[in-house]
Amino acid sequence: MGVDIKLPIGLMFTILGLILSLHGFLTVSNAELYKKSLGININLWAGLFMLVFGIFMLVMSKKLKKPEAMK
Amino acid sequence: MEHVISLGWIDFLIMSVYIIFVLSIGWLLKRYMLTATDFLEAGRSLPAWITGLAFISANLGALEVFGMAASGAKYGIKTVHFYWIGAIPAMIFLAIFMMPFYYGSKARSAPEYLKLRFDEKTRGLNAISFAVMTVFTSGISMFALAELMRILLGWDFNFSLILSALIVLIYTYLGGLTSAIYNEVLQFFLIVIGFLPLSIIGLINVGGWEGLKEALSNVAVERGFSSGAFTASWQGMGSSTTNPMGIQWFGLIMGLGFVLSFGYWCTNFLVVQRAMAAGSMRAARRTPLIGALPKMFLPFLVILPGMIALKLLNDPESGFSLLQKGGSDDFNSVIPMMLGHYFPTGLLGLGLTALMASFMSGMAGNVTAFNTVWTYDIYQSYINPNKPDSHYLRVGQFATVFGVIISIGTAYLAAQFDNIMDFIQLVFAFVNAPLFATFVLGMFWKRSTGHGAFYGLLAGIGAATVHHGLTLTAGEAIGIKGGWIHVLHQYPSEMALSFWTAIWAFVVCLVFTIVVSFATRQLKSDNDLKGLVYTLTPKYKEEGEKWYQSNIALAILVGAMAITLSIIFW
Repeated sequence: MGVDIKLPIGLMFTILGLILSLHGFLTVSNAELYKKSLGININLWAGLFMLVFGIFMLVMSKKLKKPEAMK
Repeated sequence: MEHVISLGWIDFLIMSVYIIFVLSIGWLLKRYMLTATDFLEAGRSLPAWITGLAFISANLGALEVFGMAASGAKYGIKTVHFYWIGAIPAMIFLAIFMMPFYYGSKARSAPEYLKLRFDEKTRGLNAISFAVMTVFTSGISMFALAELMRILLGWDFNFSLILSALIVLIYTYLGGLTSAIYNEVLQFFLIVIGFLPLSIIGLINVGGWEGLKEALSNVAVERGFSSGAFTASWQGMGSSTTNPMGIQWFGLIMGLGFVLSFGYWCTNFLVVQRAMAAGSMRAARRTPLIGALPKMFLPFLVILPGMIALKLLNDPESGFSLLQKGGSDDFNSVIPMMLGHYFPTGLLGLGLTALMASFMSGMAGNVTAFNTVWTYDIYQSYINPNKPDSHYLRVGQFATVFGVIISIGTAYLAAQFDNIMDFIQLVFAFVNAPLFATFVLGMFWKRSTGHGAFYGLLAGIGAATVHHGLTLTAGEAIGIKGGWIHVLHQYPSEMALSFWTAIWAFVVCLVFTIVVSFATRQLKSDNDLKGLVYTLTPKYKEEGEKWYQSNIALAILVGAMAITLSIIFW
């Protein structure tokens, strides 16, 4: 079917990754917030991981589209 | 009522982004839904990596996640047997030996295969019991989610119930099976990424795997087991009294590893439907194998948090506790309570979204399997045959709405009568236990007849019921836990009782099907059975494929990986 699922997956994780890593970045000095997660700024790490995964999916969906367009 | 976890605006933002994407996938697919085949069978056009991830995601519903984490906290690492023994071998068998008949027969559903191979009554029995089961299962998981949201977040029960049902309804109504499958892939990644930090932080907190092993060995010794009872997967399995599961190795391998697991993975249309939506025979056979790759690592995601919770519960300084139910720990709350314990706001929203995603993937799986079986095996077969395709497309769409509405009704039923749900799940266990015998005889023994299959199934269901009535879980009251006819034998655990019930059902169904088949005439000619039975079907071979690209090579790799994991955690 005409929808490449990698595109919405890539977009969603890029957006979620941006939200979460930005949130992590802005709360970097908030030790109280990260007491639960053993002092690790887990929002920042998880956010960056999702951002990388999302961008990877977007790149993959573009790569697959090119050879089709050449036909 | 006071709620346990408070959310910030950022958590709601993350949930909203997820909901918007899930709904828009349905909306984008809407214009491709032109025929009943598009809607109910995803046009049989999807690549293997998509159907493979959907295959595993549809199984990874909320009840599975809650249940496996609960087992992790109760039985420790022994829960991995549900994966490495209780799933991988059956998935390989489905891919290599059974998929050629499901996909090659052009049957549109598992019950329809039974109709082609055996007869109308065998299909009817399977189709009707399956349809009832799917709506009840999605109702039960909907109830579990809404109840959890109420206790944890203080959300209104009706609100979460209707909202979650409505989202699933909209995207499955718009985009049919394709939408369910595409969303299952998205949900799969979300579940993995949302739960992974839990295992990582938890493990850091308890001092790594070695620290966890040490802590749990103390718990094991305190409870009268050997030190590795919770952390070594085979230790103490020689006898049912020396391990926390209360089952010995033979019952485990036969009951779980053979009867229950093959019965679920190889005959349950909920998962088989994902493989049948693949675009080619090669992709269909590859589906369960691709699903098996992440499946064997899921214990790190769902069982490990349970084991960490077991450690925390036995450590008075951890400050961790579970929700209470009837005066004791409710182990089904392990995952959400662990999320609340370790996740700060932000990631907490992601973790809860992952929980919602797992609920939705399970429910959409049930809804799409229900509407296919309803449309093809009940409506088209018994109510209104010989209509144009567009009519069945409408019926399929209508069945989606109808299925969700019944599920909501079931969820309220579950909220009213706690025991009704235990009772219904028990009945399903009886109905499903013998099914694998029927399918495997149908596919590999051409002499088996329609009467044989039908009466064999009934005998198997009867045997399961009688066995349950004659045996009891030790220390339980007579009734739903067994023994309602007469207590002949006591099993040390509920799990042992259910495994042995399944073994009896399977054996009786197998024997009855064979005996009745010999006593009745085979009404189908060899030509009728072509493509349906092993000996009468031309061997399938993929053209121009290198040996390492073949499904057999992938199956061997998957098997070797599962064995390696078993040895590492022996």
